[in-house]
Amino acid sequence: MGSAYLIRTENLCFERDGIKVIDRVNLELNSGDLLQVEGCNGSGKTTLLRLLTTAVKPTSGRIFYQGKKLSDCRYEYCSNIIFIGHQIALKERLTPVENLNWLSPIGLSQDSINRALDLVGLRDFETAPSWSLSAGQKRRVALARLIVSNAKIWFLDEPFTAIDTQGIGLMRQLIDDHVSKGGAVVFSTHQSVDMKNIRRYSLK
Amino acid sequence: MLTNTNSGFFAYLRRDLLLAYRRKGEAAGPVIFFIMATTLIPLGVSPEAKSLEGISAGIIWVMALLATLLSTDSLFASDFKDGSLEQMLIAPDLLVMPVLGKVVAHWLTTGLPLTIVSPVLGIMLSLPSSALSPLVAGLAVGTASLSLIGALGAALTVSLQKGGLLLTLIVIPLYIPVIIFGSAMAQFGIDGLSWGSPLAVLGTLLAMAVVLCPLAIAAILRLTTINQ
Repeated sequence: MGSAYLIRTENLCFERDGIKVIDRVNLELNSGDLLQVEGCNGSGKTTLLRLLTTAVKPTSGRIFYQGKKLSDCRYEYCSNIIFIGHQIALKERLTPVENLNWLSPIGLSQDSINRALDLVGLRDFETAPSWSLSAGQKRRVALARLIVSNAKIWFLDEPFTAIDTQGIGLMRQLIDDHVSKGGAVVFSTHQSVDMKNIRRYSLK
Repeated sequence: MLTNTNSGFFAYLRRDLLLAYRRKGEAAGPVIFFIMATTLIPLGVSPEAKSLEGISAGIIWVMALLATLLSTDSLFASDFKDGSLEQMLIAPDLLVMPVLGKVVAHWLTTGLPLTIVSPVLGIMLSLPSSALSPLVAGLAVGTASLSLIGALGAALTVSLQKGGLLLTLIVIPLYIPVIIFGSAMAQFGIDGLSWGSPLAVLGTLLAMAVVLCPLAIAAILRLTTINQ
């Protein structure tokens, strides 16, 4: 039964200028799943994530969310996902706190923001404009975004780039916690990552 | 579960106003351009009231139009570059809401200040006092249309590295009705006629732009990001 899956895709294809970037992707995602999308450079990892987050429409094929066609429940679906892309959508002139605020679809309490910034180690930078942060620190703001979010499904594009070992540890911890609480995580990377209960989907 | 206190229109309005506040110098650019370029006219044409009177309203309108054009280029460009546009596309709300929020922020930071300084420039260019109120009223309504139309051009050129010239080519023809009725309004004021009818036309243009532009912009943004 298709309705058992949180997300299911059916022959998902995406063409750009007549070239098939994504060719017949069939995958399923359940609550508590950790799915790694792997593949070499240019294999369409980012495009697949963009398709799954509705940033672009597939050329053909369908996506189902809890058994329903995505076009019939887009609002519900999009309220339940969070996407951290290659560009992490930080406004350079705004402080981490202001960035977290505008990026959140729900109103955030000062408490939850403080707690998140504490966890990612950016508490001392809460009033600093984001351009003054290092690349890794900017990534940490994205981590804070995951902490304050109540989205059920996380889409992370190359989440382990530009971040130090401690940050990677924190990222893994967040993913683990989210998955064990019944959330789902889809992330792309070309590195080999070993985490427990990880499933892999290879793009050719 | 869903408390939509922060989504769509107001989130983007607040954010863009805050961004403009953080880079005041850049945000003041269009107004400074407007004042300086208009100041050049008496130097280039003639400082005599007689020769300025007839053309001053038109000049102010042209300068306001160019000043708006100057600032629309960057409307979606930085969002496109830093990934914010992607976040806008995947938000649960309709894309027109954040788009409208951004355009309103744009008008509040360009069109409104231009309107506020325009009577001073009118006096400087010897615009008869009877034409000052139609000038201000016309600019208040007209610049809102200019922001909406400019945003349309900005959306079309968002993925280009240097879309400035193309943006100008796309947008200027669409500006024509606004400038015709806007300057006609001031002319009606000079001639002592009632300027209600050109204002009504400007209002109609704005109403059409408010309804159609955000829809078109949303559709264009979805299309242009496919090839990202």
